[in-house]
Formats: sequence, C-alpha cells, structure tokens
Amino acid sequence: MKTLLIGEYREGKLLDSTYELLGFAGQMSAETSMLLVGSETQLPTYSGTLYLAEAATCGEYNPGLHKKLILEAVQKESPDLIVFLHSSYGWDLAPRVAAALKAAQISEVIAITDGGFEVGCCNAKMRRTVKPATAQAVLTIQAGAFPVLQSGGTPNIQKLTAAGDCTLEFVGYEPAEKKDIDLAKAEVIVSAGRGIGKKDNVPAIQALAKALGGELGASRPVVDAGWVEHSHQVGTTGQTVSPKLYVACGISGAIQHLAGMKKSDFIIAINKDKDAPIGEIADVLVVADVMQFVPALTAKVLR
Amino acid sequence: MKLLVCIKQVPDLESRFKPDAAGVWYNETDLAFRMNEYDEYAVEQAVQLREKLGEGTELTVLSIGPDRVVEAIKKSLAMGCDNAAHIQDQAASAKDPWQIASIIAAYAKDKAFDIIFTGMQSQDRGSAQVGVTIAEQLGFACTTTIVGFDYVDGTITAKRELEGGIKGVVKLKTPALVTCQLGLNVPRYPTLPNIMKAKKKEIVAIPVADLLTEESLTTTASFHPPAKKGGGIVLEGDVADLVEKVIAILKDKTTVLR
Ligand SMILES: Cc1cc2nc3c(=O)[nH]c(=O)nc-3n(C[C@H](O)[C@H](O)[C@H](O)COP(=O)(O)OP(=O)(O)OC[C@H]3O[C@@H](n4cnc5c(N)ncnc54)[C@H](O)[C@@H]3O)c2cc1C
Ligand SMILES: Nc1ncnc2c1ncn2[C@@H]1O[C@H](COP(=O)(O)O)[C@@H](O)[C@H]1O
Repeated sequence: MKTLLIGEYREGKLLDSTYELLGFAGQMSAETSMLLVGSETQLPTYSGTLYLAEAATCGEYNPGLHKKLILEAVQKESPDLIVFLHSSYGWDLAPRVAAALKAAQISEVIAITDGGFEVGCCNAKMRRTVKPATAQAVLTIQAGAFPVLQSGGTPNIQKLTAAGDCTLEFVGYEPAEKKDIDLAKAEVIVSAGRGIGKKDNVPAIQALAKALGGELGASRPVVDAGWVEHSHQVGTTGQTVSPKLYVACGISGAIQHLAGMKKSDFIIAINKDKDAPIGEIADVLVVADVMQFVPALTAKVLR
Repeated sequence: MKLLVCIKQVPDLESRFKPDAAGVWYNETDLAFRMNEYDEYAVEQAVQLREKLGEGTELTVLSIGPDRVVEAIKKSLAMGCDNAAHIQDQAASAKDPWQIASIIAAYAKDKAFDIIFTGMQSQDRGSAQVGVTIAEQLGFACTTTIVGFDYVDGTITAKRELEGGIKGVVKLKTPALVTCQLGLNVPRYPTLPNIMKAKKKEIVAIPVADLLTEESLTTTASFHPPAKKGGGIVLEGDVADLVEKVIAILKDKTTVLR
C-alpha cells in the first residue's frame, strides 16, 4: 500500500493539520510520500520523500496548477491512495485530481475499516462504509479524526515546477472579522443553536450564560440568520474554545461545531432529539424542549 | 446569459434514520423531504444575478431524483428560476457523486451555460464533490465554499471561506461554476403570487437513462448508526425534575456552582 499525502500551507506557513495526514498513513501502515506547495523554509518534520513546489511561484490557491503538480507526483509514485484533508484546500482540490485520474473519491473519512473507509452522513447522525471500485483512490480525511503524527527527521526533497493554467486569479486574503469578545478565555459558555427557534429566544440563553458567570456562544445558523454576532460563533469557521463548562442549547452537533468545542471539560447538551450527534460527546444530554428547560434552569441557578 | 443551478432534495435531518432493505442507505418511508440547505443559498444567488442581468438572461434549475424532487424544483421556480429540468431517477440515491456529476455534465454539455451554481455539499450525502466534478468534466473554471459573489462582464469575484473565518478572494472568468456556502446571502421565501406564477413555468422531464453513461466508482458496504461511545448520561422526563438533576450534576462535576 502506497499513499501520497497532500500537505497544507497558508499565508506563508506549513499548517499543523499536515501531521494528521501522517497519522492516517501511520494507521494504514502505508509507504508514504508527501507533496507540498509551500516553502523550503517551512518543511514538515518527516523523513520520507517530499515533492515540493514553491508557493511563491505556484500560488497558495491555484487549484488548476496544484492539480498538475499532484498529477506529476502521482505519475512518479503510482500511489494507491492520494490523501487530502477535508478542508477548504482539500475539498476544493481532491475532486479535480480524482476526475483527472478517473479515480474513486471518498470524502471526509473518519476511520479505516476492514477494506473500506468509514464516513459520516445525514449531518453526522449516521455512518457509511465505502469502498473504492478503482485501483487508485482519492480520499479526504476529516479534520481531527486521525492523530497528529510528527515522526521527526528531514524530508528527502524532490522539486517540482509547473507552469501555466490560470483559469482563476487569487487576489488575496481577507482577515477574519475582528472579535469584540474572546471566547477562548471564558470559563463557561452557553451556546444557542437553531433549535432555540427564533431571535427572540436569544436573551433566554444569554440569561443562563450570565447566571452561570459565562459568555454567550452560538452555532453558525444562528449567526448567519443575524440572531447573534459572528464574534460569538463556535466552530471551524468561528472560535475554538475549551471552557470548564459548555452548554449546547438546541445544537445538533455537526462536525464543524464539535471541532470548536469538543475539548471543553464538561459538556451539557439540551436537545429534543435523543439521537442528535451532540450526544456522542456530551457528558450529559438533556432530552427536552430547550425553551422550557433553559429558563427553568436559569431560575434555579439564580435562586 | 444562461445560468444553471443544481439542487438536491434531502430529508429533514431531525428525523430518525433507519437502513433500507439493502442496508446501504436510509429507508425513505416516513421521511419528510426539503431542499438541501446549501442549495437554497445557490438558488438565491442565481436568482439575484438573474434579476441584476434582467432581460435576455435565462436561469434553469435542475434536480436529479424521483418524483418527490418536483416539490423542491417548484420552490426554486417560485424563488425566481425561469424553467426547470427534472432528471427522473428512482435510484438517484444509489448513484455516487461521480455519476451524479456526470449526468449533470451530460445535460449541460451542449447548452452553453455561462455560470453554474451548486451547493457546497448535500446534507445527507455530504461529499462536497458534485459541483467541482461537474466543472472538471465541462472544463469550467471553479471555486468552492463561497460566502461572497459578484459578477461583472464575464468575471466573477468570489470570496471563499477558509478555516478560522479567514477569506480568500478569487476572480474567475466565465464559463465558471461556484459552490455555495451557508451565509452567502439570505434566501428568500417564495411569496404567494410567485408561487402562482411558478405554476406556469416549464419543467422538462428527462429520463436519467438519456444522460447516464458512467459506472459508479465507489461501492457502499453499509449504512449504520455510529458506535455509541458511552460515557455520557442521557436525562429524560419532566422539566422540573431535569432541572434538579442538572443542578446536582453541576454541583458535583463542575466548579461553576457553589
Ligand atoms: C465549511 C463549513 C464550516 C462550518 N463552520 C461552522 C462553525 O464554525 N460553527 C458551526 O456551528 N457550524 C458550522 N458549520 C455548519 C454546520 O455544518 C451545521 O450546519 C451547524 O453547526 C448546525 O447548527 P445547529 O446545530 O444550530 O443547527 P441544526 O443542525 O439545525 O440543529 C438544530 C438542533 O436543535 C434541535 N432542536 C430543534 N428544536 C428544538 C427544541 N425546541 N428544543 C431542543 N432542541 C431542539 C434539533 O433536534 C437539532 O438537533 C459549517 C459548515 C461547513 C460546511
Ligand atoms: N441529485 C442531485 N440533483 C441535482 N444536484 C445535486 C444532486 N446531488 C448533488 N447535487 C448538487 O451538488 C452539490 C454537492 O453535493 P454532494 O457532492 O453530494 O455533497 C449539492 O449541493 C447540489 O447542488
């Protein structure tokens, strides 16, 4: 079994998520090579072959060109698996490589199973076991699903260069919105999810946060709908938090939300659905209507 | 200009899912279906562009699936799409993203679309593959996970959302495909007059066999609930009771209450 891992690099830095790819390859006990469009000053600590192209010339986001580079490395290595992270870089690039090779693609792999790969579906409530039907396959692995593996050493560098292909022009980055609140410092966070039903119910969630001496957090739909400011959003595209207590009110537990809060010391979830995936990580799942339970709890805490 | 938006109908995700007879997907009995959330943003963006460009622009909505998907198509027409293609397929859920993308590419191939909109991912399958794969098959420029969109004279300026809330700004020349992320816009609710108007819009039905030439590249071995991790407690019952229990747990397991 041979894997070609596609590392990640952004704003002039190697991303730590690259080491999760090595964690995956470790679990597969696979012979490993890596490709990175990055820089020689930012090398991963890893002792295998590294196909390296310079981001300074190839661009950090130039999927047409990155695809060409990957296909070049695929030609040289003939890997069984070409592995990306399921990230904004990976889900954008993986289908392009898969289409060029006409290889099976399996997205957001969370575990390796007997001859196949386990993926989430139905908003993380269910799982599927999927197998490639082609000799070569492309995978994207879920962020956080595989351990970080830093095996040490220095890579054996093989330089790649590619030219042309500009169906797309990268203009630049826009920083994340300024945060008026730093949730990372909060010891208690009480978060509102879509299950609270409407904007008018936000104060009730805020009241519990206040009663417990904490801050208000939110899931993405609540922010997208304009019920709560973006600075309160918890998750991959919001803040990562690890308070002593996290209370999730009407939040289903999508992976992108969990990624931002699963390191909390103690998690209480209130959800009317006993099967909601938040139950998989919650220390306590309270099966109830959030707008009946939360105000009652607040009243009791204040008493 | 010619625009296309691709939508999928998905079950209400608060439902309870049970495996189907083959054990590879969910059993549809008792499930309520609606438009994939990501696709609502795609439709809204396409309709906004359609309105901006005005006369001479045609916006088609397409969905592959059984008869029930006509509901989602009708909603898109009521939101402002001009016409629709229903690719009839009783077995759409058994097709992998490669096949779904191939069917859409086969449909779009000779129609000279300038811009195709899709969702970033479907909520039930969640592969985030179909959009990009269509673009590759058609040779369109493509970018994904957009939270900002602007079009002027053959050039799209899009904002891609990256991890941590950073954004990447990209420009692409049409023909192009974009995959739409949550929060891109505020999807409209169809109004009653528009629902009435939509009834007159044309929905072309095409049997999937006319467009399907590709085999599946993956096989699904099983569909099952996650293995229970255990550890956590589940509390059910009367609210007053639940409150007492949670207060006791907070006192016992955390330092937030004294
Ligand atoms: C690239 C990407 C990045 C993302 N980034 C983030 C992110 O940073 N943060 C984030 O949160 N999401 C993010 N998302 C979105 C994520 O996938 C989910 O869509 C989102 O987390 C769902 O929010 P929710 O749980 O509030 O809503 P839903 O998934 O709609 O869940 C609502 C829950 O409330 C429950 N409920 C309903 N009514 C009641 C009631 N009366 N009482 C009790 N419970 C009730 C339901 O059972 C359900 O479990 C991202 C998605 C993508 C693709
Ligand atoms: N059956 C379908 N009919 C039409 N469009 C679809 C279908 N399945 C997926 N799509 C489109 O492809 C996007 C990504 O889906 P997926 O690759 O399944 O995550 C969706 O948001 C839709 O825009």
